[in-house]
Formats: sequence, C-alpha cells, structure tokens
Amino acid sequence: MAEVVEKRKSDSEICFHAEKITKIYPGTKALDEVSFDVYKGKVNVLIGENGAGKSTLMKVIAGIEQESSGQMYMGDKQVTFKNVTEARQHGIGIIHQELSLFPNLNVYQNIFMAKERTKHKVGLDNEEHIRLTKRILDKLEHPIDPCTIVGDLRVGQQQMIEIARNLIQDDLKILIMDEPTSSLSEQEVQVLFKIMRELKAEGISIIYISHRLEEILQIGDYVTILRDGKLVAASAVQDIDLSWIVKKMVGKGKAYPARTQKINWTEREKVLVVKDLCLPKKGGGYLLNHVSFELKKGEILGIYGLMGAGRTELFECIMGLRPEHTGDILLHGKKLLIHTVSEQIQRGFAMVPEDRQREGLIQTMDIGRNISLSSLKNYAKGIFIRDKEEEAAVDANIRDIHIKVADKRLPILSLSGGNQQKVVIGKGLLTKPKILLLDEPSRGIDIGAKTEVFEIINRYADEGLSIIVISSELEEIESIADRIIVLSNGLKTAELEKSEITEDKLVMASYKGHNMSKKAS
Amino acid sequence: MDLQLNKKQKNNSLAMTLLKGRTFIVLVVLLVFFSFATPNFLSANTMLLLAKHVALYGILAIGMTYVIITGGIDLSVGAIVGLGGMIAGGMIQNGVTIQSLGVTLYFDVPLVVFFTILFGAFVGWLNGIIITKFGVAPFIATLGTMYIARGFAMLHSNGATYSNIIGNEALGNTGFSFFGSRIIGIPVGAIILVIIAVLAGILLKRTTFGWHIFAIGGNERAARLSGVKVDKVKILVYIFSGVCAAIVGIITASQLEAAHPASGETWEMNAIAAAVLGGTSMMGGIGTIGGTIVGAFVIGVISDGMVMCGVSEFWQMIIKGLVIILAVIVDQFQRNMEAKIALQARNEAKKDDGQKKAEG
Repeated sequence: MAEVVEKRKSDSEICFHAEKITKIYPGTKALDEVSFDVYKGKVNVLIGENGAGKSTLMKVIAGIEQESSGQMYMGDKQVTFKNVTEARQHGIGIIHQELSLFPNLNVYQNIFMAKERTKHKVGLDNEEHIRLTKRILDKLEHPIDPCTIVGDLRVGQQQMIEIARNLIQDDLKILIMDEPTSSLSEQEVQVLFKIMRELKAEGISIIYISHRLEEILQIGDYVTILRDGKLVAASAVQDIDLSWIVKKMVGKGKAYPARTQKINWTEREKVLVVKDLCLPKKGGGYLLNHVSFELKKGEILGIYGLMGAGRTELFECIMGLRPEHTGDILLHGKKLLIHTVSEQIQRGFAMVPEDRQREGLIQTMDIGRNISLSSLKNYAKGIFIRDKEEEAAVDANIRDIHIKVADKRLPILSLSGGNQQKVVIGKGLLTKPKILLLDEPSRGIDIGAKTEVFEIINRYADEGLSIIVISSELEEIESIADRIIVLSNGLKTAELEKSEITEDKLVMASYKGHNMSKKAS
Repeated sequence: MDLQLNKKQKNNSLAMTLLKGRTFIVLVVLLVFFSFATPNFLSANTMLLLAKHVALYGILAIGMTYVIITGGIDLSVGAIVGLGGMIAGGMIQNGVTIQSLGVTLYFDVPLVVFFTILFGAFVGWLNGIIITKFGVAPFIATLGTMYIARGFAMLHSNGATYSNIIGNEALGNTGFSFFGSRIIGIPVGAIILVIIAVLAGILLKRTTFGWHIFAIGGNERAARLSGVKVDKVKILVYIFSGVCAAIVGIITASQLEAAHPASGETWEMNAIAAAVLGGTSMMGGIGTIGGTIVGAFVIGVISDGMVMCGVSEFWQMIIKGLVIILAVIVDQFQRNMEAKIALQARNEAKKDDGQKKAEG
C-alpha cells in the first residue's frame, strides 16, 4: 500500500511529536510506524475506521499502553511514559470514549479522585474541593452543584465533569478527547466546541477523535487519517474537504445502498399502526407525547432524532419493556395488549438493541447459541432441543447474512464488531419476524460492515419484512429509509416521504419539539 | 513464521486441554496419593463409603450449580436439609395431627417423601419469588430463608432429635431406612446422585430451559430482550435447588435413622465449593454438572483420605480452603488464556480477510 503523506509546512509550533510508533499485540500489529504531530493550541483531529488504530495511538500517548517501538518527543526532549501518572506529569490528559466516572460519588469527589486536597496531610479539605469545583464549572459554563451525585447528571453534563477533571490540574498541555460527542445532543456538542476553542486560546493543544466527519471541518485545525494501523494522510483542515477525507479513510468512494424502487405505498397493507402513544416521564412530562404513525408491508421507516428524543423508548413500548405506556398499538388491525418481550417476539416483533454488548449479546455463549437464543422454541420437541435442526438453522442464517465465522462454536467475542452486530441481527431474523426494529444498527461498526448491514436490511424489506430503523446519521437514514419520521423531545415533529427528505428538514424538525414545549410552558 | 505459529497454537491447545481437565487430573492425583499413603484406601469398601458421603453434598452441589450459572447463590440449602429431615422424621414418628378433627394421620413412606420434596420446592419457590418479584439480592434473600428454615427446624421438636425413625408395622409406615441402605452393595444415596446428575446434565445441555439458564447468567438484560422468561426460569432454578436439598434431607435422616435439627449446617458451603472446584463461574453463565460432580469427589477424597491418614479435622479445613482458592486462581488463568486465544482468532480472521481482499 502506497503511503500518501501530505504535509503542509506551517508556522504553528509542534509541541508533541510521535515518531514511527509501532504497537504489537499478540498476533496483530495495531500500529505500524505511525508518526503524528500535535500542534500547539490547535485541534488536532485523528480519524479512521474502527480498528484503524486511533484509540491505540492515544493510549500510547497517554501512557495507558506502551509502544513496541518508536519515540515520542515533547518539544525537543524525548519522553517515555510508563503509566498514566507519568504522562499526566508531562501535562497530557485523556477523556475516554466510555466515561470513566464514578456514578455513585458526587461531582467534587469525582473531580478530585486521586488528587485530593488535604488538611494537615490527613483530613480531606472538602471546602477547598467545593470551592475549586465551583470555579472550574463556572469557567465551563456548567454551574452544577458540586454535591450532586454524578449518576443523576445527564450524559452531556457528565462529559463536562470529565473535562473539569482534566482541567483541575493547571499544567495541562495536551488534552486527548476520544469520541466525546458520540453521546451528546447537538446543543451540547456546540457548548463543547465553544469550550474547546477557549482551551485553544489558552494554548492547550487538543487531540480529537471523532466518527462524525462533519464535525472535523467545523472544529478541526489539522487532520490525521489512519487506516489499518498505518498513517494514510495528514493535512491542515483548510486545505481539504469532506470527500477528500472519506476517500482517504475508506480507500475508495463508498456509498450506502439506496432505496430506489418505485412502490405505490398507499396501496400497500398497513402492518403496524401506532396511535397516540404516550409514555410518562418520572417527575412529570412525557418521554413520548401522543406519537402516532403507521408502517406498511415491506417498508423501511426511518426514525431520526437527537439523543433523548424518545426514539429508544418508542421501541421499548412496542417490545413490551414499558408496560406503563398508554395509547394503542395495532398489528394487522388488531389491538395488542402488550405485557412481555417473549409475547411480542411470538407475535412477530424483533428488536436489535442499541447497545450491543449490554443488551444484544450473551458474552459467555458461543456464536451459534447467540444466534438461536430467541428462536429456540422452534427447534425443540417438548423441552428437548433437536440439535440438528438448531444447527441447520444457525448455519443457514450465517450464510444468509454473511457472518464471517470460522466455527460457530467459537466464543462470540472472537468476532469483530461488525460481525457481532450481524449476529444480533441474525438472532432477530431467525424468529421470522413480521416487523424488525433496529436501534442504531450501524453504531460502532466500520463503513464496510455498515454497508453490508444496510444491504441485509434492504433485501429483507424487498422480501416483505417491515422495518423501523433508528439512526442519528443523516446520510445513512436518508439513503436507507422509504419514509422518515422525526422525534423531538417526545413529539413527532415531521413525517417525510422519500421525495421530500432533505437534511435541512430533518435537522430543523429534530429541534422543533424543544421550542414547542417551551412555548407551551 | 507459520511453523512457529502452529507450534504455539499446538502448545496453546495442549495447555487448554490440561487446564480444562484440571479438576479431574487433581482427583486422579489425589486418589493415587492416598492409595500410597493409606494401604486400604483404594479398596471397594472405602470407595463405596466415599460415594455415600459425596452423594450428600454432590446432590446439593447440582442444585447449587444451576443457581450459580444464573448468576445467583442459594445459602438456604443446608437449612432445608435440616428442616426437610425434621419434617420427614416428624411425619413418621408423630404423624400429622389435625386438631379440629382430633385425628392423627400417619402417611406411608412414599407420601412422606413426596411431602418433604414438596416442602423443599416451596422454600425454593419462596426464594425465587423474593429474588425476582421483590428484587432482593440472592445472597440476602437466601440468607434470610436459611435462618427461617433453621429456626423452624429447631421449633419442630424444640431442638430435640427424632431418633430411631423406622416407623411402625401397625401404622404401615416402615421402610424409611431404604434411602440409607444399599442395593447390590451400592449406597442408595449414590444411586440417587447418579440419577439426579444425569437428569440435570441432560436438562442443562439439551433443553431450552438449560440454554436459558446459561443465557441469564451470561447477560440477563440481553436474555430478557431475546424473549427469555427470566423470572420464570430463575424461580424454577431455585425450586430445583430446594428440591435437591429436601432429597438430601431425606437421605441423611434415613442414613442415620434419626433427624437432628442442626443437620446440614454449613453444607451449603461444601456445595458452593464443589461447584466452584468443578469450574462453575461465580459470575454466572459458565458451568457443567460433570465438573461439579468431579469437584464434589475432590472434596470427598480430601476429607475421607485425610481422615484415614489420621490428619486432624482442623488441618482438613485449612487444606480444603487452600484447594478452593487455588482452584479459582487457576480458573482465572484459564479465562484469561481463553480470552487471549479468542482475540488471536479474531485478529487472524481479520488478517485472512485482508489477504483475500488484497488477492481478489
């Protein structure tokens, strides 16, 4: 593979340089002679597909992992970090992809964990903790009470606590942010960007990892692209555009399979009708506020909305996880009384949950059993499982949706993220559903696997399966859906046919619900 | 490079086989050791006696294995053994007096056994309900029922022992000593152990119920979302554990021809130890009946062997403790190794994939 390294001579100062870093894990090279510059007081963006080596490189820089070969320099001085503390002493802080807070402790305890201030070297100086916490949070424009328990905060606020934690030490030089926006709402993202600009102004360098390409042009100054553990390209953001980035990332131009066939949906049979669905919120208000929609046979309905708009809750109502909901759900015109998940699966519903590890997979079971778990009854005579039938069904499923497995008796964690996701989808499909609910099916998988997942969805829809897809990615939902409804703050704010869909309309509608509730109150 | 890799893989798989069979290897080593240490250890008589001892906590350990695989724990089984014995003994000795009618009923032995098992199932059901419907942690819920059951066992006779429970010819309730007797030389308890072990093994491996038990222990939320009736399965598992305990209660009372309210005390610990020695993960999701049985025999051989060697009971405790800790350490080692191998497989698959793409 030819390495294309485009470097632009710049006046900005390089404050950190990594030279030909290689990291070898048993059996694999996660990083292959990657060089990386951090410009002082700039946002240095690092991008690449999953498994490209971004997080590994950051772990090396932050001292969490040690390089197998290569050197790192701060200014002119060579440095090595044996652990996080040593990296921190050189002014390098990291905010992890998964928040590493203590949800059971309060805000100031989280911020000062392992850097406690003491009175006479023994007693904790909590007044000082609270005073400093207030100061730092005011600076971040998030005046949260320092005594709040962190578990009670919204994800966006928790992110601020993570940042505050790093800022509390005043010698911070480089702040690494590993996908900080993946769980933030659009407003919170803008606040975060504002804070990042302020940090820049103070001369703090930021290394920023993101999957959202549009963000890079908005906030980034320099961009470095990795692919398969190798450096592919580096450039100043002002010299490039989005298509350049995508091209470098995937190696070739790739697009999602678009739904193009002309079907007269008005004549199609309605499979699912949802009327006035309401889900009360703890402490007043609604998570879902009188949502109504219908789903036709063989249709792919997209649901777009921000985090917390009520998208996942909608699925949970339909699957029987929220028996407290009100309103009607009709399957083939018949009103359903929904009590349990197993009952819903029997009626022909299947769900692929958002969080694959927590809700989708049984990590202790092998690949085959994960696939057949939901449909075991179909292969059982009485209580006994007929192994041959179960295995045949699993094999057919693996072939059908192209799960790349060497042996279906291997542990589920031996698969890559994309193939794990296919296993969860396969489990749903094996129940022979009439309606398939997919909650962020492309989250955390690389572009190649994403395309494959959407090809599966497309094919099954053509065969008559009705599908609802939740997605936060505009491009993705635009191409895959026949029709899109937008949820915002629990309200349905738009319903767009294929021909009417534009990104502007979707984004506008996704904020509408907040204004409406404000006006009402 | 390729050759080296193959060799490494071979080493890996050999090490894995040894690791997986480790409890069995330990059992064989122990048998060999004690057969040299005490000349008549490897005799048929000693082995049958060993089987008779092992049967008791072996049966408890089978129920416990089910519970632990779901990610729970059942501390009440020892107390159920005690109370179960008291109920069976009481029914034979004193009958059941219905005061409003002024009559005392004496049941024949099969009915006594049936009622005792029913009672074990009831306590298990209670455990299951408290855990699933009221959200009490299994440790606490079964700790509570442990005290309650033990208390009732004491109340049953005011702390006294029902001795000589052989029944009365005239009342037609003789034959309780059957469960402590031998059939063609083999202790009935051991035969019951084999029957329960085979049934439980099949149930766990070959039925939807068994797979659901593994799924719940592996990831309860994912299991629920996959349509597994989590509460129902859990309640059934605790009922099964209670039934196993009641059966052990009957066998002990029958072997001694007496029921003592304190019998079965701390047996739950032996059952947990056997399950853990047999490779059952306290985190849930992993375990086998075969492993548990081997684990129970390891504990049995250690205690019986040391008794025959004249080692004091106090030293037995210390050694048993060391063996359990060692077993879990090796267990952790195996898990780490398995995870490493899985990661390797994942990376190799990726590499192959990359090569294919490059070629194609």
